[in-house]
Amino acid sequence: MSKHDEHDDRNKKPSRPTSGFSRRGFIRSAGVTSGALGGAVLVEEEAQAAQSGGGVGPGAVPITLNINGRDQKLSVEPRVTLLDACRNQLDLTGAKRVCDRATCGACTMIVNGKVVYSCTVLAIDAQGKRIQTIEGIAVNGKPHAVSQAFVAHDGQQCGYCTPGFVMASKGFLDRNPNPTEDQVLNGLGGNLCRCGTYMGVRKAVLEAAKAMRGGKNG
Amino acid sequence: MANYNWPEMKTRAVMGKRYTRQDGLEKSTGRAKYNSDLNKPGMLQSAFLTSPYAHAKIRSIDTSAAEKLAGVTAVRVIVAAGAEVNYQSQEIALVAATSEQIARDAVRLIKVDFEVLPHVVKEDDLSKVGNRAKPAGEQVTGDPDKAMKEADVVSEGMYGIPVLTHCCLEPHGQVSEWKGDGVNLWPSTQNVTGIGPDLAKNLEVPATQVKVHMDYIGGGFGSKFASDRWGVEGTKLSKASGGRPVKVFLDRATELNIAGNRPSAFAKIKIAAKKDGTITAWDSVSWATGGMTGGGMPPIPYAFTNIPNRRLNHTAVQTNGGPLRAWRAPNHPQASFLTCAALEDLASKLGMDPLELFAKNVQYAPEARRETYLHQLKKAAELSDWSKRWHRRGDSGAGPIKRGMGIGLCTWGGAGHASTCKATIHPDGSVEVELGSQDLGTGTRTIVGQVAAETLGLPLEAVKVKLGDNSYPPSNASGGSTTVGGVSSSTRIATADALDKLFAKVAPSLNSTADKLEAVGGKIQVKGDASKSIQWAAACKKLGVESASATGSNDPRNPKGLNTQGVAGVQIADVSVDVETGVVKMNKMVAVQDCGLVVNPRLAESQVLGACIMSVCGALMEERVMDNATGRVLNPEMEFYKLAGIGDIGDIVVHMDIREENDKRGIIGLGEPPTIGGIAAIANAVANAIGVRVPSVPLTPDRVLAALEERRSA
Repeated sequence: MSKHDEHDDRNKKPSRPTSGFSRRGFIRSAGVTSGALGGAVLVEEEAQAAQSGGGVGPGAVPITLNINGRDQKLSVEPRVTLLDACRNQLDLTGAKRVCDRATCGACTMIVNGKVVYSCTVLAIDAQGKRIQTIEGIAVNGKPHAVSQAFVAHDGQQCGYCTPGFVMASKGFLDRNPNPTEDQVLNGLGGNLCRCGTYMGVRKAVLEAAKAMRGGKNG
Repeated sequence: MANYNWPEMKTRAVMGKRYTRQDGLEKSTGRAKYNSDLNKPGMLQSAFLTSPYAHAKIRSIDTSAAEKLAGVTAVRVIVAAGAEVNYQSQEIALVAATSEQIARDAVRLIKVDFEVLPHVVKEDDLSKVGNRAKPAGEQVTGDPDKAMKEADVVSEGMYGIPVLTHCCLEPHGQVSEWKGDGVNLWPSTQNVTGIGPDLAKNLEVPATQVKVHMDYIGGGFGSKFASDRWGVEGTKLSKASGGRPVKVFLDRATELNIAGNRPSAFAKIKIAAKKDGTITAWDSVSWATGGMTGGGMPPIPYAFTNIPNRRLNHTAVQTNGGPLRAWRAPNHPQASFLTCAALEDLASKLGMDPLELFAKNVQYAPEARRETYLHQLKKAAELSDWSKRWHRRGDSGAGPIKRGMGIGLCTWGGAGHASTCKATIHPDGSVEVELGSQDLGTGTRTIVGQVAAETLGLPLEAVKVKLGDNSYPPSNASGGSTTVGGVSSSTRIATADALDKLFAKVAPSLNSTADKLEAVGGKIQVKGDASKSIQWAAACKKLGVESASATGSNDPRNPKGLNTQGVAGVQIADVSVDVETGVVKMNKMVAVQDCGLVVNPRLAESQVLGACIMSVCGALMEERVMDNATGRVLNPEMEFYKLAGIGDIGDIVVHMDIREENDKRGIIGLGEPPTIGGIAAIANAVANAIGVRVPSVPLTPDRVLAALEERRSA
């Protein structure tokens, strides 16, 4: 092993268990060639694939997740998703399990600053990352500007898609602080609502952008 | 006796105001706990074994390996050896285990020997369904044959609208806990009061021994009234697991396959008319399915119910698909689509503006709706810029993007259901109202609060509204747009009666009598003499240690003028179609909605907006796709069971017809009516844009291109 290699993370044994699987690897092996999955996620997963060593499991393994700024220790089987770990073990139930297949966005969390579908991230692969859930976005104890705007513009009815929509909106606005309406429509195309609240959501996101630019709870 | 009449529209302080929904922040911060969110101590998870076949007999079933798996606490066989399953995903067994993963592992260990039987899963071609066709008979009014012969023009068409599924984002299910002599139930239900007795009947425990609690529900749309097989079997699993709570919520595929659908409707329709567009006869041959019960005839001809000469033939088709359930305005969107599409085709054949043809034939609508429709057609035309944007069918200029407009109508009842409210004014001035009702996201919690606050002369935040528990007085299920009328009326009566009791305690200190007092602006005062008043808090202290409490009920047979039924609505769609790709894009939708007294215009508008968006889904995307060869649903997941996203809906303009004249009718439900006309409007707009009728919705690119191709080759 050369000196250079010693400094290359890819040749180190992982310090924590990982699934040993990546979405890119899975897609290759499944022969899927469609480009339907989000590019940003793939780039990250690809980097991760390069890091992964052997697999673990199938039994439960101890892991630590950094959620809303706190380290949480739990024991999960490698097949458990980040969403299910949060909902079933940590009672963080704001994120919802709806499609369970990375389509609807009801499970949206922000991981290392990026919006992800937590139903399609394994809990053990979320270690070492900054995970933010709807429970952790209040600012100084006050509801986040996006949460407030969803109320003010009635961007919700039954509310089951709402936490995911709020997180997707926050993630979008963090990157696009001054969006046009068209950008909102494109940026939030990954979340689905059944009651039909999109007109309110549009207004809410544009209003929240203003509030956040003004330094209010965002 | 208290005066229950609604206060004059112009004098209302809280009702009629655009308050934001009172539980909004709970939802948008993720704090709202739905019952699918519950984590009870010792709670078990579950998984279903469901049928992979559309029709099969179970020769044998062996659960022994599953039962032995570590972590499994109990297994229930639902369909026993010798019995048949009649649709894919029908529940065969249910496993409870310490984790969902273990439950799923256990399901894989259950051995079933199936004898696969023949199935029928598609109904679009009636000639291919064999003995699954169950003719429902013929209805004839007048002399349709003679009218057809004498007509200036006869227009014929074939139309189809497929099975849709509810796709509630919170799946069906519950947490249930067997308590020895009863059950604690935390369901996802539209029926907090009624689900307990329904479960009790299936479990043979006294109805009073089922305690039900639900704060929030993630969508129902008509599919969540009963305790269901998962409720019964989940509770039995709890019993078999020593009373540990068991969580059963369907996975998405099972949800889409078996937890309810809207029946399809297909029809060949012939309409006869005079040159001026007056319809003289209707002849329809229709068929529908909603699973093994078949599907009933939608109420056609819709809205124009009194067309003088009519012949209606309907056939129910039994198919091996999940069972139908009520779906927001049962059978009305289908009927509106079939009728309005046929009328639009007639207008096209006559070279008439459909707006004019619809208006001309409003004479055939029930008398109470005629003026409303005429008014609404005019208003919708104005808001959609009809006179400028409408053109003759297909006359959409050169270039591949064709723009078009179309109309759809709705009508609905919406009278208040039976509901009882208990209102309590406490000595400390606080107020509670309790109802065994539920807020589906329609805003029930907020509306009840507004009614109580208005009655008591208090601000909205002074009233604590308690819903979602069957220890509260009973209310009927939330279905058919009956809730707002029911709960508002019972709340009005209960709070007025409780206030009367407070008046009686306060009257001596104001040197007056109870009947001469009123509650206004946080005070109780002598009517017409604000100088004789007492602040609310001080007044309530006079109650001593005893609260002033009253129950009040809405009796649907005598709603006291507080609620009524019967609304109309008109929707106009404006679309662009790319005739090279077949993609339909929504430009704008206008909904003009008749209403009675509107308690909260913001929430009412949200109902209509949501209904329009549902119509976009139904017109352009949604369809349960069945596979004849395997009998399976091909799209039981949300990637291919498509719903509209935020960028797919265009602009939506809602006009609520709020005015004094309508307000005097009392409250009328609003959930269903705006869901009805949109699919017709969009389908008609596409026909107008591309110059040819696409016979069946959803108007997916392949269907649009096929219709264009057929015209080219014709």
